[in-house]
Amino acid sequence: MQWINENLYISPINTYIDPYKPVENAIITHGHADHAKPGHKNVLATKETINIMKIRYGENCAENFQELPLNKTLKIDNVKITFYPAGHILGSVQVLAEYKGEKINFTGDYKTKKDKTCENFEPVRCHTLVTEATFGLPVFQHPNEHNEIKKLLRSLQLFPERPHVVGVYALGKAQRIMGLLRQQRYDKEIFIHGALEKLCNYYIKENVFLGKFSKTNLKDKKEYQGEIILAPPSAIKNVWSRKFEDPIICQASGWMSIKQRAKQSLVELPLIISDHADWNELTDYIKLTRAENVYVTHGRDEAIVHWCKMNKINGLALSLSGREDEEDL
Amino acid sequence: MKGFSELIDKLLLTSSRNRKIDILCDYFKNTQDPDRGFALAIITNSLELKNIPISKIKEIVRENVDAELFALSYDYVGDLAETISLIWPYKENGHLPQISKMISILKNIKKDELSKKIETFLSIANETERWALIKLISGGLRIGVSSRLAKTALAKFGDKKLDDIEKIWHGIEAPYETLFKWLSNLGPIPEIDLKKTFNPMMLANPIEENDFTNINSKNFVAEWKWDGIRVQIILDDFNIKIFSRTGDDITQTFPEIKCLQKELVILDGELLVGRDYIPMNFNTLQQRLNRKKVSLKHIYDFPAFVKLYDILYLNNKDLREKNWNERRTILESWYCKNKNRFFDLSKIINFNSWKNLAEIRKNEIIDDQHEGLMIKSKYSPYIPGRPKGYWYKWKKDPKTVDAILMYAVRGHGKRSSYYSDFTFGLWDGNQLSPIGKAYFGFNDNELKILDKFVRNNTIKKFGPVREVEKTFVIEVAFDSVNSSTRHKSGVALRFPRIKRLREDKPISQVLQLSEFKLEFL
Repeated sequence: MQWINENLYISPINTYIDPYKPVENAIITHGHADHAKPGHKNVLATKETINIMKIRYGENCAENFQELPLNKTLKIDNVKITFYPAGHILGSVQVLAEYKGEKINFTGDYKTKKDKTCENFEPVRCHTLVTEATFGLPVFQHPNEHNEIKKLLRSLQLFPERPHVVGVYALGKAQRIMGLLRQQRYDKEIFIHGALEKLCNYYIKENVFLGKFSKTNLKDKKEYQGEIILAPPSAIKNVWSRKFEDPIICQASGWMSIKQRAKQSLVELPLIISDHADWNELTDYIKLTRAENVYVTHGRDEAIVHWCKMNKINGLALSLSGREDEEDL
Repeated sequence: MKGFSELIDKLLLTSSRNRKIDILCDYFKNTQDPDRGFALAIITNSLELKNIPISKIKEIVRENVDAELFALSYDYVGDLAETISLIWPYKENGHLPQISKMISILKNIKKDELSKKIETFLSIANETERWALIKLISGGLRIGVSSRLAKTALAKFGDKKLDDIEKIWHGIEAPYETLFKWLSNLGPIPEIDLKKTFNPMMLANPIEENDFTNINSKNFVAEWKWDGIRVQIILDDFNIKIFSRTGDDITQTFPEIKCLQKELVILDGELLVGRDYIPMNFNTLQQRLNRKKVSLKHIYDFPAFVKLYDILYLNNKDLREKNWNERRTILESWYCKNKNRFFDLSKIINFNSWKNLAEIRKNEIIDDQHEGLMIKSKYSPYIPGRPKGYWYKWKKDPKTVDAILMYAVRGHGKRSSYYSDFTFGLWDGNQLSPIGKAYFGFNDNELKILDKFVRNNTIKKFGPVREVEKTFVIEVAFDSVNSSTRHKSGVALRFPRIKRLREDKPISQVLQLSEFKLEFL
């Protein structure tokens, strides 16, 4: 398999997938900062990913943008490129590349669980799977997300005088939490940190239902008693959170299943809600694709490679640089 | 197990002390005997299940989970109970028994049915219950609840005095049914066997500058604060028991100390090592602490003795209500009749004014023997805990060293958005070597300066720890230095705190570790 290399470079068409530095041709799986970088010459991505890049980096963050809709195949020279939904965040895709009859699927970041704020994941058969492994250890078995959201609502009932400040990544996680709250018929206004505003507005423009929300405006502390406030983890760590009176610090992330980690981060109410596949999703999907080769881009690659060996699949860790773990408080 | 596991989960994740107390109160209110008593025993570390070795649990997990995957997971998670609770692959329907039942099952479990029973429990449990179950077996919860905090919660729950709970605490045991009866006003205060029971000690408050103007020197006596370990000695029926300040029985560590009394006598004093009642330094005493086996050589090289401070009981009579003057007279007369080489009276220091005492503190203190002075009201009863206005400690002036700020972690509670726990170091050649950590000593304004420095000068992050640019010099005060094999620098500071910020000072003027050791060790 000489036509791609360990930097996710597709040589017949001189194109990289999610390159971490500016290149001539880039395919971008989704808008998170460790996958989508500014400064490429030509970018191929979904409409949503392109819009998100423009919101975050400005209109001219690449010279040319080309949209490719889901499930439509684009032929570039001898290589066929098709996007399939990855279920990670709005606009996120897996990239299937086919060259001389050989299919390679790049998952980007993904989850197979249903999510009302983005297209749901679609499985794809392939010969080689290039997968993420953020939660690639058998200790990560994400619980039902609706039960986790109920924990937050129960805490609001128990402590109606305390603001509940929830640490969320600005893109994807924030909107998913809002969506999940609405699914539980929480219809009060949700307050958000300024850093989330543009992306929330964009989700609404794409017809994702988030309900009523507004930016926090900290003049009257009492105003936020018993309210839900969403903010990036960095803001919670920061001076900003001092403005709330006796807040309950919550954090929505896959890491929150590790109690010691939650405690270290001073999180009082951990919500185990992740936008990444857990161990079972990762290993089930590898089986489902019937891939003969599995390359692990980033995350806990050792365990996945070991699992592949146990299951007589060729596994290899690529250990790509520049990939970050999911929102770490 | 459900209630108990939820309790310790909540306690782990709550950092506010008051909130922890509320959580415990709620639990005591809503839980029946004997469950709440066993939970109390586990939280206060008063109950240990010694019959199931943790290696057995590991073995059970290894039989059910791929060894390599388990090793990688354990390595990542870092906590055994958590790793097992998260990785356990099976799920069965059912409910775990209540905590009291669980403890009795685990205590009486037969070797040949151990594996099967534990496997079933692990499969029935949810993640939090599994975590609690393994913590229960392995002992040592590490959830940030001291036994003092648990007792404070009991006092609040029963609207009783904490002192009264302390007085009986060491005489009662799980499941504490008589205690809860009393706390719920359904019975009298539990009776305890004095002869076996540690009595909580009376402790001193640090003296503040304005205390001297408010208290009359004529009503106070002074004695040295000896630099050993505070002990309580219970003599009865020709037996001796020695307890540390926290109530740990350390009799076995000092088997040479003997004193034969038929009737109950309880003494308060400072345990030291040395000859002819002349103490060696604390470092030397440490050679004898925390040893499972005591060698004759140790006893010969570092013989232990006690400087007596006080007497609580004589011939079965409780003297704690009497004032210090009366107790001292009784102590002196007991001492004269029962002289032996293991006991010496802590002498009273004569002084005629605070100014005079200050001179004594300045001129007569012996660094290796004294931690400072004790100032005690002649009229003080012996009250457990740290009552205000009776006993004061006037420590010797701290030593100070300039060190360089190296790492910082955020604090807890009110300080959770500030970097307020600092690690600092000295030069070791041209590298820095950390010598200690401090999280107080600075005022609010200095904290803001430190916090800002950390945020603007972080060069690396390790989880919650930030490594900072090595440019900020701080003056660290500490009581003394011990040599330590546990720390890379080879030294451990006692009671370190940040005294001043020395932003003006260049880092090149900070001491070498070797110079520091020469000067202070």
